Amino acid sequence: MLYLNVNGQRHELAMEPDTPLLWALRDGLKLTGTKFGCGIAACGSCVVLVDGKPVRSCVTTVSAVIGKEITTIEGLSSDRSHPVQQAWIDEEVPQCGYCQSGQILTAAALLERNPNPTEADIESAMSEVLCRCGTYPRIRSAMKKAVALITDKNKEV
Amino acid sequence: MDKIKLSRRDFLISSAAAGGGLIIGFSLMACDKDTGSTTSDTNTGAVPSMDFDQFTPNAWLSINSDDTVIIRVGSSEMGQGTLTGMAMLIADELDADWSRVQAEHAPIDEAFTNPILGRQATGGSTAIRGFWDVARKAGATGRELLLQAAALQWNVDVSECRARKGEVIHQASDRHLRYGELAEAAAKLPVPEDVFLKEPEEFVLIGQSIPRLDTPDKVNGQAVFGMDVDLPGMLTATVARCPVKGGKLKRFDATQALAVPGVKRVVEISAGVAVMAEHYWAAKKGRDVLDIEWDTEGHDHLDSAGIEAQFKAALDNELIERDDGDIKQSLATAAKTLEAVYTVPYQAHVCMEPMNATADVHADGCDVYAPTQAQTSSQHTAMRITGLEADQVKVHTTFLGGGFGRRSEQDFIIDAVECSKLAGQPVKVIWSREDDIMHDQYRPATYNQMRGGVDTQGRITAWEHRIAGPSIMARLAPARTKDGHDWASTEGAKNIPYDIVNQRVTYAMSNTAVPVGFWRSVGSSQNAFITECFFDELAKLAGRDPLEARLELMVDHPRHAAVAKLAAEKAAWGSPLPEGHARGIAVAESFGSYTAQVAEVSIEKGAVRVHRITCAVDCGMAVNPNSIRAQMEGAIVYGLTATLKGAITIADGQVQQRNFDDYPLLRLDECPDIDVHIIDSQQAPGGVGEPGVPPTAPAVANAVFALTGQPVRSLPIRISS
Repeated sequence: MLYLNVNGQRHELAMEPDTPLLWALRDGLKLTGTKFGCGIAACGSCVVLVDGKPVRSCVTTVSAVIGKEITTIEGLSSDRSHPVQQAWIDEEVPQCGYCQSGQILTAAALLERNPNPTEADIESAMSEVLCRCGTYPRIRSAMKKAVALITDKNKEV
Repeated sequence: MDKIKLSRRDFLISSAAAGGGLIIGFSLMACDKDTGSTTSDTNTGAVPSMDFDQFTPNAWLSINSDDTVIIRVGSSEMGQGTLTGMAMLIADELDADWSRVQAEHAPIDEAFTNPILGRQATGGSTAIRGFWDVARKAGATGRELLLQAAALQWNVDVSECRARKGEVIHQASDRHLRYGELAEAAAKLPVPEDVFLKEPEEFVLIGQSIPRLDTPDKVNGQAVFGMDVDLPGMLTATVARCPVKGGKLKRFDATQALAVPGVKRVVEISAGVAVMAEHYWAAKKGRDVLDIEWDTEGHDHLDSAGIEAQFKAALDNELIERDDGDIKQSLATAAKTLEAVYTVPYQAHVCMEPMNATADVHADGCDVYAPTQAQTSSQHTAMRITGLEADQVKVHTTFLGGGFGRRSEQDFIIDAVECSKLAGQPVKVIWSREDDIMHDQYRPATYNQMRGGVDTQGRITAWEHRIAGPSIMARLAPARTKDGHDWASTEGAKNIPYDIVNQRVTYAMSNTAVPVGFWRSVGSSQNAFITECFFDELAKLAGRDPLEARLELMVDHPRHAAVAKLAAEKAAWGSPLPEGHARGIAVAESFGSYTAQVAEVSIEKGAVRVHRITCAVDCGMAVNPNSIRAQMEGAIVYGLTATLKGAITIADGQVQQRNFDDYPLLRLDECPDIDVHIIDSQQAPGGVGEPGVPPTAPAVANAVFALTGQPVRSLPIRISS
């Protein structure tokens, strides 16, 4: 039996250790917010945070993340209150929505390590996640909004 | 109570007689609590109730005693915002309190037959324009009954009452009753035959940028896509398919696949060999080691060059699609003439959610859980495979992780139903991305011979467009293309908006083993590129500005002209640009809407860089302007991928592309600034999901032509050094 720390909880997992984290989350733990898009780390739909860093869960084996802190979209906030989620709602980013878990977690990871990114930082980080619906213009505007929300929040503290 | 027919007329009576019944289809909006498992939600069937719960005047809507309004939408939500848009039509006429409105996918029911398509399906940008009257009437019926219920309760004439934001008001006596309070009484009244529909100036919701209802569930992972369906006792399958088009299964040996931990069954289905396992990864590992051979003899020589040669040769057998004036004479007497060959490649849909479906075939019924654009077809597919009757087959529509026409196909439904029937338990079939790209029904590749002529005054006087290519309809409805004509191949070509006296358009059907299908904006997607780029070639030949030349010939097409003017004005057409930049314009009508785009481009490191696209759209009455803007933005990005990036090519009878590494999509850092301008219109709504696509490729290609002087005659655009 394997154990994974996901969204602050310890989970038991009865799967082979070479199983990609993506399928362990989806089929093993029934956390289906993390999406399968390509299986070769090319699209970013499957991004989750491992110790705060964005990781392609489709090519990351379960054995490689044992003992680490995994955050999926379900664990980003309990109430959609994360500034990135708030900005995504305000700017109405999602269309079909399938890639958005990967987009949001990639954005959250960027803003966690760099709360005041340049436009180039945003372009670079967010170009790693594909969207077929073409929500890119709104991802750009939502990123600006998320930065502003974080700045405001930090001022309050 | 769990099999209430939702016929509009009868439902009310059965509801009242039985003391009220709760009808819940496949509710996607009501799964807020449980973020982990979706089992309980997806299994929600009809839940009987003894107490009054809902007023359900028709299949479209119910009002609960707690004032919530449930609106069932027969169109599939694939990103275009249809759940919200359709709910707005109904809620507006109902005079509902929008904050209490929930929308969900409808079950399969005749009430949701799309009036344009003739079946329950989503495609051709038809939801809002097809249901414009039907959906509003459904809402207005509810309002009428609630008004009557209030008038009866107050003992006043119904004309003294009015409905507003979820309540009925009797102004004279300052009395109010909320819809939830009136629901039980309204449920006992006979449904009126005729109801009044609002005049446009009375709309409260229609015309407003109302936030989408599905956004909250799409930022926290709660939205349930087909991929996320989970049923008790379910197996997950993946299918080995013959990579060669037209090839067949020769033999397989399941031993090695069955040895993979978690693999339960290996069975032949019509698409190939299905490996069923406890979960996807086991199924995939099983398929990877499956000992399988294909019979590809006679099919493994097809390649892209051969296909193009076949198309070219087919032109000899062309059929006339349009023939105005005298094309031969006009070309012979033109001051200048031009000939060009335009080609477009096959394109894949690549929805972000790979194809999948779940089926549960049991003795007395079949449930299909699918991200489908085609509920009626899916039901028929399941009936054919299982031998069950229509009332035994239920189709539960999940969210679609992209559609673009791909999900109107039946292949993934067939996989799931066949697998579940053979396994005797629920099966979810998941396609890998490689399956998805190699086994798509592609946007047709076509070969086009163009000839045109201009007179001494610089007017285009001759236009000939000869199209050769495969027919989508010949595959899907062969009886309808027996005569060799095909609307889907010629739309966007035989209806160009230019008053050119001598015009001939021909089509030569030339089918191959590569299946072709509906791809966002269908024939207009390639024909707008071909016609709008050749137009610019002729304008240049005539020494004319592309915008001016268009406007001169669009006198009889004012809606085309208006969007062209608006896009040009907003893009400051003709104003100076930075060194190395140029603009191009294109305009097209598709699905009852008119779109023009101006692209500004430069060339960086040998590749086209699109800096800005200015889009003007006339889609009639704008139901939800923010949604329309989103669809134009998305369509432009979709169009840019086809303009700048990938192509599906064939070698040895196989599709050569496998995944996003060799079929790349436009990335965020390649996305231009996009401005969308909506024409203010009181005309009936046109389509919105697709009409943004056609002008994108020609606008960009015309800008490249303006910049380099070299016409762009094939896609994707490659800059020759």
